[in-house]
Amino acid sequence: MSSDKQTLTGAQALWDCLVREGVTVVFGYPGGAILPAYDAMLDFPIRHVLVRHEQGATHMADGYARATGKVGVAVATSGPGATNMVTGIATAMMDSSPIVCITGQVGSALIGSDAFQETDITGITLPITKHNLLVTRAADVAPAIREAFAIAANGRPGPVLVDITKDAQLGTCELDWDGAAPDLEALARPGHSMGDDPIELINAARRPLILAGHGIILGGAEAALQALAEKAQIPVAMTLLGIGGFPASHPLNLGMMGMHGEAWVNTAIQEADLLVALGMRFDDRVTGNIKTYALNAKKIHVDIDPCEFNKTVKVDSAVSGSVGDVLREWMPHVATGGRSTWIDHITELKGDSAVRDIQNLPDDGHLYAAHVINDLWRITEGKAVVVTDVGQHQMWEAQYYKHESPRSLITSGGLGTMGFALPAAIGAKVGRPDAEVWVVVGDGGFQMTMAELATLVQEELDVKIAVINNGYLGMVRQWQEFFYQRRYAATPISGPDFAKLAESFGLHGATVTTRAEVAGAVATARKCRGALIDFRVEQEDSVFPMVPAGADLDKMIRRPSPIVETAAD
Amino acid sequence: MQTFAVYVDNKPGVLNRVASLFRRRAFNIESLTVGHTETPGISRMTIVVDTDERGGRLVVANLYKLIPVRRVDNITDVPTIVRDLALIKVSATGDARTQVMQLVDVYRARIVDVSPESLVIEATGTEDKIDSLLEVLRPYGVGEMVRTGRVEMARGTTTPARRGARATVVGLDDAGAGSV
Repeated sequence: MSSDKQTLTGAQALWDCLVREGVTVVFGYPGGAILPAYDAMLDFPIRHVLVRHEQGATHMADGYARATGKVGVAVATSGPGATNMVTGIATAMMDSSPIVCITGQVGSALIGSDAFQETDITGITLPITKHNLLVTRAADVAPAIREAFAIAANGRPGPVLVDITKDAQLGTCELDWDGAAPDLEALARPGHSMGDDPIELINAARRPLILAGHGIILGGAEAALQALAEKAQIPVAMTLLGIGGFPASHPLNLGMMGMHGEAWVNTAIQEADLLVALGMRFDDRVTGNIKTYALNAKKIHVDIDPCEFNKTVKVDSAVSGSVGDVLREWMPHVATGGRSTWIDHITELKGDSAVRDIQNLPDDGHLYAAHVINDLWRITEGKAVVVTDVGQHQMWEAQYYKHESPRSLITSGGLGTMGFALPAAIGAKVGRPDAEVWVVVGDGGFQMTMAELATLVQEELDVKIAVINNGYLGMVRQWQEFFYQRRYAATPISGPDFAKLAESFGLHGATVTTRAEVAGAVATARKCRGALIDFRVEQEDSVFPMVPAGADLDKMIRRPSPIVETAAD
Repeated sequence: MQTFAVYVDNKPGVLNRVASLFRRRAFNIESLTVGHTETPGISRMTIVVDTDERGGRLVVANLYKLIPVRRVDNITDVPTIVRDLALIKVSATGDARTQVMQLVDVYRARIVDVSPESLVIEATGTEDKIDSLLEVLRPYGVGEMVRTGRVEMARGTTTPARRGARATVVGLDDAGAGSV
């Protein structure tokens, strides 16, 4: 980049830096303290997506980042604008999503005086950002923005918030792009490795499993993972956020692990003699009871963030680094695997699940969410980018939509943020306009952020929405059914006629009540620019299998088998 | 108990970031001191945390995630010099005053203020020594007391924390056979 020095206002410097960082679109909402920045924005080649609530802006930036791998940008004013971002920032933090949030702040002379729309947003977001900065002088805008982008994208990605006072936006400075470069050496963090030699562990293992997490996708390690799995003949199980990091149709793919993971995966984890955990963090939703988790297995943990080592599960070998780099280094030393006995055994385990699978049960005339999602997968040929919300539909999506490529499933895993899907899908569509983007969302979560339908329409974005409508906050209802004697406290939920609601925004709307209508409705929606289908599914269906919170991983509640009736095994 | 020497940028809010991290990750701080270092712009914290060796590793790794943290040394098992400084106000008149002054001599402490009713004693040393001095002074009536908390430094030659230096982590590696 050029080292030209120009005199600019802080607001102009902000946009100049964003443009130089490669930003073409921001998601935001104007207000008093950010007004100078908005005024300056008009003179820069920036697309501004006007959201309906600042939470939406952060989820859109997040969805954009997850769909493209680039840093997403959200903008809001001080006070309520900034606090409305909190949920979205925490979501991005938990799922290591690189976003930069820019907030206006009251003038620096007013800070600490409880001025109108003043809030200590750097204080509030301290524990939920990778880093945050308060900028009070125009000259500090450029270094802050450059540092924010470097921090958000490097190492383990995450959200960075830059709070810029109004006087810093209005003041002038000499913009020195090169002089504002972040000290990357100072930002670099020491890695460390410890324990046994991972290569020896891998080569000695007879029943190894790879546990692939979000780090595969964030680190672009898909090819390296596939190469390792194929060479060593190690089956691959995925976390929720790891889905897409390994092709679903690959013979070594096992599917998802954990609370609603495939039964054969959880059983295999408990039987394995080696777990190779790649870019995942042994979340409690993945391990079940930590005291009985994979007791037969040695454990290798590869992660870019050494904080994850021995945090929950004690490992035998920890290697810090970008997963792709580590795997490429391993490759020449890893022995070519013959592990057919182990793989055959897992295949055998699958048989029992196939018998219980709702897809293989006789049609009872009801519309099940699993059928809807399976049909959606078939009709879209598995090629859509699916953005889900949180709850039962999210788990069914993970089980029944087979993702072949990275960044094709976007979902709030760590924080479990209801209301995430619609705004995140808008961000994804903005980032990848050529992709077919589907929202899969429950009737509860959809009602949290459905105001963003207006954003969708104003931006003329072609996003399809499948509302999995069961009239309940389904996952909570399921817990109440299993663990609270069916006492449905506050889980029945009503809603509008979603199809009519969509139509009122100018979108195509349809309602589906039987399985026979699913294919036609999806086909019609695919032809429309923006569509919503309200799938009225079975109300009291549950997600199987289920590992109750804190239970042993292989002690799953299973869908009753039509062959041998067992309540729970 | 694990002790860390932490070099941080001397910027507003850094102490808050460190304290917030310990709160969020549920690490219990026994003591924390902070002061300038020989390098302009860099402050040094001595943090004592109630945790074991494994927890100590997590503390180090987590501290490194804070951008203003430049270097973290776990000095728990390193030979160090430890000091605590206390100012102790003792009410002492007549005979008591003489006795207190003798105790001060024994502990190589100093009397830094004298008033008709009280003395202020300055004592430097290990935490044990200060604790012990306090114990013997208590019968005379300790009116007020302030302590800096523990400051600690490794013995022998150490590399000063250079700004932006890529750090070596003392006590973090298991010196293990991790191959990468």
